[in-house]
Amino acid sequence: MTTFTLNGKKTEIDASPDMPLLWALRDELKMTGTKYGCGVASCGACTVHIDGVPSRSCQTYLGDLEGATITTIEGVENDAAKAIQEAWVELQVPQCGYCQSGQIMSASALLAETPKPTDEDIDTAMDGNLCRCASYARIRKAIHRAAEIMEA
Amino acid sequence: MRLIDKRDLMPATRALTTTRRGFLTLSAGAAGGLLLGAAVPVRGLAQSAAEGDVLVTPFVHVMPDNTVLVLSKHLDMGQGTASGLATLVAEELDASMDQITTDFAPSNPEVYANSAFGVQGTGGSTAMPNSWEQYRKAGATVRAMLVNAAASEWGVDASEIGVSEGKLSAGENSVTFGEMASLAAGQQPPEDVVLKAPEDWVYLGKSFARVEVPQKTRGSVGMFGIDQQPEGGLVAVTARPPRFGATLASIDAADAKAMDGVHDVLEIPQGVVVVADTTWKAMQARDALALEWTEGSGEARGTDALMEEFRALLDQPGNPAEPKGDAAAKLEQAETIIEADYVFPYLAHAPMEPLDMTVHFDGSSAQFWGGSQLQTVDHGTAASVLGLEMGQVQVHTKWGGGSFGRRATGDAHLVAEAATIGKAWLEAGHDARPIKLIYTREDDIKGGYYRPLTMHRVRAGLDADGNISGWEHRIVSQSIAKGTPFEQYMVKEGVDDTTIEGIHPTPYAIPDLTVDVHHPDVGVPVLWWRSVGHTHTAYVMETMMDELAEAAGRDPVEFRLTYLGEDARLAGALRLAVEKAGESGPEGTHRGIAVHKSFGSYVAEVADVRLREDGTIKVEKVTCGVDCGVPINPDNIVAQVEGALGYGLSSILREQITMTDGEVDQFNFPDYTPLRISDMPEVEVHIVPSTEAPTGIGEPGTPPIGPAVANAVYKATGERVRSLPMSQHGLA
Ligand code: FES
Ligand code: FES
Repeated sequence: MTTFTLNGKKTEIDASPDMPLLWALRDELKMTGTKYGCGVASCGACTVHIDGVPSRSCQTYLGDLEGATITTIEGVENDAAKAIQEAWVELQVPQCGYCQSGQIMSASALLAETPKPTDEDIDTAMDGNLCRCASYARIRKAIHRAAEIMEA
Repeated sequence: MRLIDKRDLMPATRALTTTRRGFLTLSAGAAGGLLLGAAVPVRGLAQSAAEGDVLVTPFVHVMPDNTVLVLSKHLDMGQGTASGLATLVAEELDASMDQITTDFAPSNPEVYANSAFGVQGTGGSTAMPNSWEQYRKAGATVRAMLVNAAASEWGVDASEIGVSEGKLSAGENSVTFGEMASLAAGQQPPEDVVLKAPEDWVYLGKSFARVEVPQKTRGSVGMFGIDQQPEGGLVAVTARPPRFGATLASIDAADAKAMDGVHDVLEIPQGVVVVADTTWKAMQARDALALEWTEGSGEARGTDALMEEFRALLDQPGNPAEPKGDAAAKLEQAETIIEADYVFPYLAHAPMEPLDMTVHFDGSSAQFWGGSQLQTVDHGTAASVLGLEMGQVQVHTKWGGGSFGRRATGDAHLVAEAATIGKAWLEAGHDARPIKLIYTREDDIKGGYYRPLTMHRVRAGLDADGNISGWEHRIVSQSIAKGTPFEQYMVKEGVDDTTIEGIHPTPYAIPDLTVDVHHPDVGVPVLWWRSVGHTHTAYVMETMMDELAEAAGRDPVEFRLTYLGEDARLAGALRLAVEKAGESGPEGTHRGIAVHKSFGSYVAEVADVRLREDGTIKVEKVTCGVDCGVPINPDNIVAQVEGALGYGLSSILREQITMTDGEVDQFNFPDYTPLRISDMPEVEVHIVPSTEAPTGIGEPGTPPIGPAVANAVYKATGERVRSLPMSQHGLA
């Protein structure tokens, strides 16, 4: 049994401690907003916030999450995330959309930490998030746009 | 995927007739409300609404709650088609974009065939071209029915009814579409409708937001096949042979079967399938299988051995495509001859959503959920695997998390595997349950259906005045169409069109050109990959044009324009890109250009590339000129070109699938390495204004990027890159 706070709610989950959080979310808790892309921490599709830090849920195990605070795309709602989502719609960032849960989780963590990110900050924070549709040019613009929205 | 002449495909449609009849019977009377156009009723969301309150037509449903549902006959895998089609409807219907929702049409080629294929399916950048009239007419027809209903209700002439933003009004009267839906359902659809003139468009030609984008910023809940969670559903993963076509010698599944949550282990021709409660448990149990594969079975050659064989074939004459002029004679007379060989590796599509397909088979009927891209082929294959009539099978198309060609398989192998699992599950004595077959990323990368390994040899001559004097071109590549239902339409006299497209035909007026090909048999499944043959033909054509221009002492743009005399649109795209790119790129960059026509659209790209101190390159900026006919949604065209060139750039920098003794060397994104945000250039897309019928835009941005970058690399290093990916040469 692992107990953590998930999107603000105390959650208990009875599953093997070596089950990755990704599969606990998707299959046990039926929360499919967090996506599977590689399973080996190489694509970022599964990114969630654990104690505020963007983390790859495919390589994070239930056994290490006792007492943790976890936020997924379904529950992210701080100012940074709202600005990111608004900019994402304004600039029509998603194509297929499959990577975008992870992109938004990484970008919102970046913005919460660094309200005015440079292009280098964006490269560093976002290089772990693959987008096969190559929506990267818009991701970059939308992060800058979200920074403006937050400032306003 | 490739565009097929509609007439060619008619035999395929006919071949489906018998089974289709079953479908027609089953569908009859399934939906209430009014049926329009074809005699085939439409099963859709309307079934859940009170019968008679909904105005139901094949492509458009008007709901009592005033939403307008537009059914997309095409898979949307990120190319924006669902919203694009919905906007065609909204324009002619005079709906408000806020009331539009979209869903995917059921599988039914009678109503939803792609007019370019003759069957239901998406590919070849045909979605907009083949729907352009159809969806606008669908909108105009529904509008007329609403207007006629209002006219008779209010006792006024139809000409007095105003329609705008989803409302009908005349004098004091004003109602929403939803309020008039039930009455409109009683109207006869008009025989013919007049479409708006372009100057009256409210939405078309202006950038509009895609309907599904907000949902895609909040987890895309329920949209993708992989996210389907049907009640009582189980998950399946398959252990596949390490070499394509290898057979199972022995199996010990005892440990796997004993694991918590594992329901069964099934042997099917495709491999050994673990069916478990959850994905994680299924994957773990698969790892616990002890499997041996028959020694020496399957494709045992590695890519080195294949390349050696391909290289030997470059010395032998192949099957000729129809020649132009007399290349050999012209080469004899040439002043200068440039000869070069090129190597293009196998490429995986690696869509972000790995493949998945959910099946629910109860012995007498079956349902499938997933990103079906060739619905008719998937549907027919499922029926035949399960021994059912097509009418007993339903295919529910879900949003595709990317595809790039991967979901459009002529052999419907994914659906066939899911169906086989559904059948084996019942045969093992279990009660029917939905089973979601998932490919792990490793299954995807190692799973074949690659862009074929391809080699080219070119001999091109220049005369004393710097004009092209003879061009001989040989290509060695597996045929994509061979062995699929598409073979009879795409392979002519031993030449697969998808191998030579982009060279033969070429828009360049090269008077003496011969192309021949070898299609060696290799046991590696191959498939169309975003822009298909153009992925390699454009690279060869456009780097060779650069090389020839240089040898002739001519400007590369001027040289191309000379040979594009006949093709004003391609020349227009090239001129626009060059003009917008300005004199030079960012400080310290080198410039390369390329221009290519594919899928009816014309794209030129100017790449400004930096050579870093460590010898690697960074593509800093790409300026594009695009002519794809009337721009339906300019912002989506820009997005597709950004994405398409990003996808192409990804492949030329670092992507390749190699094999050692028949086993794929790469396993996942750590070693099959796509483009990341730090690799992405700034992109500017400029659209040529046009009133021509719209042509595709999902693929045409891909072909020019490779040669544009290669031409820039030559400027920076003096080296012509003739084998990809560029990482092999230390450039990435
Ligand atoms: S699924 Fe976790 S990083 Fe790819
Ligand atoms: S939007 Fe398709 S993978 Fe990123």
